[in-house]
Parts: sequence; C-alpha cells; structure tokens
Amino acid sequence: MKRYLIQRFAYAVITLFIIVSATFLLMQLLPGTPYSNAEKLTESQRAILDAKYGLDKPVALQYLTYIGNLVQGDLGYSFQYQGRTVMSMIGDRIGPSALIGLQGLVFGTIIGLVLGIISALRHNTAIDYVSVTIAVLGMSIPSFVFAALLQYYIGVKLGWLPVALWENYQSTILPSLALSVTVIATVARFIRSEMLEVLGQDYVTTARAKGLNESGVIWKHVIRNALIPVVTMLGPLAVSIMTGTLVIEKIFGVPGLGEQFTLSILVLDYSVIMGITLLYSALFIFVVFVVDVLYGLLDPRIDLKGGSKA
Amino acid sequence: MNKKWVSRFMAPAAAALILAGCNFSGGDESGGSSEGESGAEGDGSAAQTIVLSEQSDIPTMDSTKAHDSIAFNVLNNINEGLYRQNESNEVELAMAEKHDKNEDETVHTFTLREQNWSNGEPVTAQDFEYAWKRVMREAGPYNYMLVTAGIKNAEAIMNEEVDADELGVKAIDEKTLEVTLEAPNPLFETLLAFATFLPQNQAFVEEQGDQYALEAENVLANGPFVFSEWQQEQGWTLEKNEDYWDAENVKLDKAEFVVVKDPQSGANLYETEKVDRVKLTSSLVDQYQDNDGFTNEKASGIVFLRFNHNHEVLSNANIRRAVNMAIDRDGLTDVILKDGSTPLYGVVPEGYYNSPEGEDYRELNGDINKGTAEEAQEFWKKGLEEAGIDSLTVSLNIADTDEMKKVGEYLQAQLEDNLPGFKLELKAVPFAQRLEIEKAIEYDLSLSTWGPDYADPMTYLDMWVDGSSANRMDYSNPKLDELVAEARTDTDLSNRYKTLLEIEKVLLEEDAAVAPLYQRGNTYLTRPSIENLVIHPAGADLSLKWASVK
Repeated sequence: MKRYLIQRFAYAVITLFIIVSATFLLMQLLPGTPYSNAEKLTESQRAILDAKYGLDKPVALQYLTYIGNLVQGDLGYSFQYQGRTVMSMIGDRIGPSALIGLQGLVFGTIIGLVLGIISALRHNTAIDYVSVTIAVLGMSIPSFVFAALLQYYIGVKLGWLPVALWENYQSTILPSLALSVTVIATVARFIRSEMLEVLGQDYVTTARAKGLNESGVIWKHVIRNALIPVVTMLGPLAVSIMTGTLVIEKIFGVPGLGEQFTLSILVLDYSVIMGITLLYSALFIFVVFVVDVLYGLLDPRIDLKGGSKA
Repeated sequence: MNKKWVSRFMAPAAAALILAGCNFSGGDESGGSSEGESGAEGDGSAAQTIVLSEQSDIPTMDSTKAHDSIAFNVLNNINEGLYRQNESNEVELAMAEKHDKNEDETVHTFTLREQNWSNGEPVTAQDFEYAWKRVMREAGPYNYMLVTAGIKNAEAIMNEEVDADELGVKAIDEKTLEVTLEAPNPLFETLLAFATFLPQNQAFVEEQGDQYALEAENVLANGPFVFSEWQQEQGWTLEKNEDYWDAENVKLDKAEFVVVKDPQSGANLYETEKVDRVKLTSSLVDQYQDNDGFTNEKASGIVFLRFNHNHEVLSNANIRRAVNMAIDRDGLTDVILKDGSTPLYGVVPEGYYNSPEGEDYRELNGDINKGTAEEAQEFWKKGLEEAGIDSLTVSLNIADTDEMKKVGEYLQAQLEDNLPGFKLELKAVPFAQRLEIEKAIEYDLSLSTWGPDYADPMTYLDMWVDGSSANRMDYSNPKLDELVAEARTDTDLSNRYKTLLEIEKVLLEEDAAVAPLYQRGNTYLTRPSIENLVIHPAGADLSLKWASVK
C-alpha cells in the first residue's frame, strides 16, 4: 500500500508538471495583452508595461521563472485584480465553490442511489418508469436550465429560498440542487442497470436459496456488488460538477472560483489562469486517487499492492 | 441502510466544509429599499438606503491603478479630487476651494478646503502631489491622463526619460497646490475630475504597504461616502460620510452594491425587491419594457466602421460615403440590437457634450452622411467608375461577441442589398485579436468601438490625427491635424468648441473617413422611488452625492 501511494504521488507530480507546461505554452498563443485598457494602450506604453511584468523576456525564460516560483509555492499576482496574489484569490473563492459542489454531489448521489435501487427492485413498475424518466430528463437537460427554473419558481414565485446572492446557508441550497440534477440522473441510471444485472446472478439465487432474508440479500450481496461501477462514475462526476459550477455560480451569484476562471481567460490574466488550472488538475488527480482507494474498500478482490494496478 | 453509509462518509465531510467558512455576507441587512426599515411610525419618510448592482467585483481600489468603471464609480463616491462632475456633467470645484491661474494659464494654484480623511488626518496639498507622482512611478494604466492634462514632464516620465519626481506638481504649503503645465490646456479642469487625479495620504498608503486598498479598512475616504464594507466577489457598502464638507447635501445614508453577473438573475432580484437597480440585456428588454422601472439610458460609447485608407478601393471617398449611406441605422438599433442603442451620424455621441452656450454637439453638427439607398448607389457608381471596377469584395474584421456578430451580419445584408456588386466577408475573431489586427492595419473594414476618457468631444476627435495610436487606419488629413492642434491650446472656450465642430466635419463631411453606426445605450430596471441618481458620460458612470429615496 505504501509503495503504491508513493508511486501514485510521483505520477501525480509528473502529470501536474505536464499540465502546467502545456497550459503555459498554450496561453502564449492567445492574442492580446493582460492589460485592462488594451483598447487605448500605445505601443510604447505596452513595451514599458511588458518590461515591468517581465513579459518582454523570451517565453522559455518566463516559463522557467514561473516554474521556479511555483516550486516555492508562489503563484504570482493577478493582473486583473491589481495587488492581489493568486493564492489569496483562490483562498477567498474556493470555499463557496467546494460547498455547493460537495453538497450537489452528496445529495445527488444519495437521491440517485435511492431512485436507482427502488426502480431496480420494482423493475417494470410505475415507480421504475418515473425514475427512468427523471434520469433521462436529468441527463439531457443542462443544469443551467434547471437552475433558471429553480430560481424562478422557488425563488421568485414561491419565495421559499433566496433568488441569488450569497447571504447565508439558504443561499447554497438552490445552486446545490441545480448541480445535483446531473448526478441524480447519472447515478440512478447506473445503479439501476448494475442492480438488475447483479439480481440475475447465480450467487444471488444461492443466497436466497440458503434462506437469507430479502434485505440481507439486497444489502450484502446486490448493493455492494452494484456499487463498484458507481464509484468509478463518481470520479468523472465530481469533475463534471467542478466544471458545472461555472454556469451555476454565475446564475446564483455564488462568489466562487468557476466564474473567475472563465473571466481570467477572457481578460488573459495569466497568473490566475495558471493558478486555477493547477488547482483543478490537482483536484482531478486527487479525486481519481480517492476512487481507486475506495475500490479496495468496497471490493476486497482489488489489491492495491500490485504495481501493475497503477 | 443508506443512512449508515451516509453518516460514515459524506456527512462529516460536508459538515467540515461548511465549517471551513464560506464568507456569507449575512443577508438580513440587505433588503431592498422600498420595503421595511423606513420610519414607519409617523413622518412617512423613506429609508435613505438603496441597493445597486454591478456585474463584477472591484478590480482595485487604488486610484493610481484603477482602470475600469466599477472602480471609478466607487472612488468617485468615496473620494474627491480638486474638481468633481456635477449633476449636469460639468466640473465644479470640490476639494479645491479656489483655483487661480497665471496669465498664460500654464501655472495653476489651488487652495484646498478644510476636509479630513476618514482616519481624521487632514487632506493636504502633499496628498495630491504624492498621488500624482505615484501614478507616474507605478506606470498606472491611466498615466497618460496626466499627459493629456499637459502636466509638465508627464510625457517624458511616461517614456522613462526623466524621474517621476520631476512631475510639474508641487505642494507649496499644506493647503496650496501648484500645478505647472507644458502649455495652456482648455481640458485641464475637466480632466481633474477623473479618478487618476485623486489624492492619497502618503503615511496611510505606506503604512498599509502591499495590503493598501485590498480591503475596505485599507482605504481612506474624503468624499460624500465612506467605504464601509467589501466582500470579495459579493459586493460592498458605502455609507454617508458625516465629516464631508458638503454632507448637508448628501441625502442617502447607505448604498449597497451587490455583484450580479447574470442579467436574468438580476431581473429576478429586482422583482423580489432585493436589488433596486439592475442592467438588462437585449434578450430581457421585451419582457420588462412595460415595467415601471424600465429605463433606456444613453451611453457614451460609440460603434463605427474603420476603413483601411491604404486599400486601393476603400481609399476612395465616394466608396466610403456610399457605405456610410447604404446602412439603415434605425433598423440596426430598433430591430437587431434593442438594447437602448441609438443611431449615430457623427463620431461624437449625443446628449453629453454641450457647448459653452449649452447646446448639444450632435444637434449643432447634425446628422452627417445620412442618406437613402438611392443616394448611396450614386456615390457607389461614381466610386466604382473612378476605381475602374464593377464589383468589390472586402472583408470585415469583427470581434466574436454576440453583439458584434449580429451587427456584422446586418451590415453584410444591408451593404450587399443596397450596393450592387458589393460583397462583404465576415471575419470574426476574439476581441483581443480584433484589436491586434486593427492596430497592425491588416484589414479592409473593421467594426470598432470607442469610449471616452474624459467628458469632452476631443476624446472622440484627436484620435484621427496622423500617427495617433488610435487612428489605426492610416487616415491623414493635414487640415484635421491643424484644427486639433489649435483646439488643444485654445483657452477661448467658445472658439475652441467651434473648432471641435469643424474637426468632425472635416473627418466625415469632407472625407467620410469612418462610418459611425450607433451610440451605445443601456437598459436598466431602476426602482422609481430613487431620485437624482446621476449618470456621467466618462470616468465614473455614477454619482450618488445627490441621490435620494422618496
């Protein structure tokens, strides 16, 4: 296990390094300048500013400087928000993003599991059809449409929850719900088909034959086996939630990272683009890692000791 | 059975995150103005509190580095320079009580009034000297405003030829500031109302170091309001400054600003009375135009077509005039855009720039190059003959925003319909690329935008001078250059204004050098109970000094 962890960590660092390098180089291909008043900037002013921020140096040197600072944990300063470090910007914004993302994921997974399990157990009944319909709708309608609907009906018409803004805990509910829709749909669909498959397996018949009560069969044999592929799904789902927050944060006025990320690309705020890319990649790698570890917990047959697994 | 799983893995993680602090702004204070809080028992007067919205956070509160209207708006309301824009967009004495000039108007002496910073320190002449030199030293994004103002050595400092200490500004004593100009400048007072010319308290700025202006408590106020709260990405609060010299004329107690990025959410917040003023996009106009609070506000930005004057056919004035006349601007603004934009037949927009006698620039110069499709075709035919061709294919450089693409497609249809043999290819690129192509003059036609730097027609006129960095189309007319040079130092304001009118005539009546299309506009939902919210054309968009709730 220890060797496995060290190996994974090394891979993670290498992957991050490649992502950082690729992003840095791709960013150089974007046209324009990070200066806010590009429209009015004369050539000579631009040259002076470039010199001030070291952007007049060769790309290779800029790259080395960046990597050098990065290793020391310095992500630099934002161009757009003068005087703010990228670290403090991320620090201020990550809380709200993580909160709605996590709530969406947790809530979505629970509801998805319940829906999927019920519909598998009541296969081809009205409940099953309803839950399949919900799953199909959830998959095919983008989350921002749900966000707009939730905002209008629950926020404006009924007035139960805040329309937008980030004032108190209630403010987090609608964005989390909007984010959870895709999760509910994906998880429900997956667990349902997995359950149906497992229910038809010989060992389930055996368990029933040896007189185990129904809930014992379902919990010990069916769900546990059906969960493994669902856990696989959670990794990509967590990532899609991270990107899903971009739009949801904008709609509900959540002071999070997602909106900042798109904005920083539009205004070419180099250091912020790099910082947030780095954060997202690190999160992604971490989530994939957690999923791998969860496998081992759910299925004793998967052995993490073997190097070949990585 | 699910419960177990949940309690084991998910719940603790979620709880930990909630505890990790999410910077909630604490909602109970931010109700809209029109409900509650008012002195309900008796006097019937409304609470002087309003909630406004902006579409993003304040990039910086450091006036020497500020570069966008959101920052300018806050700075304009919490700080005050020597001059301030009043309710009719003219500048009037503010921090300065008295303004004396020497005979040739190159040395200006300002006497400051008694006013303290919000930390109790007096506002001194040194504060102005320090801040202006700091703009130059830090190469602030608007340092060229000091050059435009003609302050001695500003240009040399900007080009890094002399040290920032050599700037022509000097504190004679605590209350006397002396500014030396390179030459007399009729624009000087107008420019002084701009945020770049605000004072800063040296001791405070240095004490805060790199934390200066990053939080509400790291900023000092000397204007009508103080900056009492600032939550990153969420909003900020201004409260009345009781120590302000003109506090008796400030009626508003509190103005909250919330960051609302999505216009539909903004409209929903307006409807639920959480916010009193939100900006709409054209897609929302149909839905809300019958609302009491719906307003169309003229903006000062313009959208126009640049012609590449090196192009062998587009260098022909008849062709350019034909293009000018072939475009139906009303259709563009009323059918396609529907966002408060209005047709424009000139480079100086309407409604902001009055002559010393109080007449609007646009009214005085009228609609230039406005014509029918038939007139356009006449010029077109003449132009084609002169060029010795019978058809023309050119490309249009446009930014790939929704607005610009819509306009581009409209222009394509109009020009190809009205001018036989004209073919327009649209080349949509990202905004930054559009600008680069324009600066390199590697286009045939370019769909351009311009916004004013200061509240004077000159900001739309001197850009056409030969070699100006904003010309970007190799246009050159010595007569225009001469007129601009004349207006720059003419301190006889009536005469100067006549010259300004003349410049536009040379540019458009004589040369049809560009094709103006429309003046930008904004549509808002504004709570009708709010009075005297003053909207300015340049610099800060908004003054709250005179605003009140009825």
